[in-house]
Amino acid sequence: MNRYETVFIMTPVLSAEQVAETVEKFRAFLKEHGAAIVHEEAWGLRKLAYPIQKKSTGFYQLLEFEADPSVILPFETEFRRDERIIRFLSTRMDKHHVAYAESRRNKSSNAAAAEPEAQA
Amino acid sequence: MADKNVRYLNPINIDTQKEKYCRFKVKGIKYIDYKDPDFLLMLCNEQGKILPRRLTGTSLKYQRKVGQAIKKARHLALLPYVADNLR
Repeated sequence: MNRYETVFIMTPVLSAEQVAETVEKFRAFLKEHGAAIVHEEAWGLRKLAYPIQKKSTGFYQLLEFEADPSVILPFETEFRRDERIIRFLSTRMDKHHVAYAESRRNKSSNAAAAEPEAQA
Repeated sequence: MADKNVRYLNPINIDTQKEKYCRFKVKGIKYIDYKDPDFLLMLCNEQGKILPRRLTGTSLKYQRKVGQAIKKARHLALLPYVADNLR
């Protein structure tokens, strides 16, 4: 089992429901293949640095999961088949990357926890 | 022989450049995140090219990681492949 991180970009023409549906599809695919999802992040609609398929924005989604190396090839094939996906990138995380991701999560969860207190 | 008597008030600083250092080694950064375009922008010139080691002082070990991170960021359209006036 390795830890992997996948970032993918969906077309901006989707509605919020369709975005959730697409993410759910890949989440289900991972679960079906015995992978455990560690973390996920939706960055929302972001501007692209350059146009891809004549689109200048896209919905970014990050998935962090533990899976067998054999899962990655069919997983990426699934991305290539899906026309709602305009770009994707999977990376295997080394120990420094895992440590960094955890500290980043803690930082963002602390910031989220601090915000309501500041407002109250 | 008059030259020997020439004295300067301040030492002339020719060829005394500021010492360069590797920012990743000094700060103990082990992993360079490709998802953070604002940070990677510091290591690019205004055309979006990766700055060489001789300008940034990064050690070879981390320069390789910087290169990989910037290339990943470009693939995900977080950084441009070509740009003008990026800063």
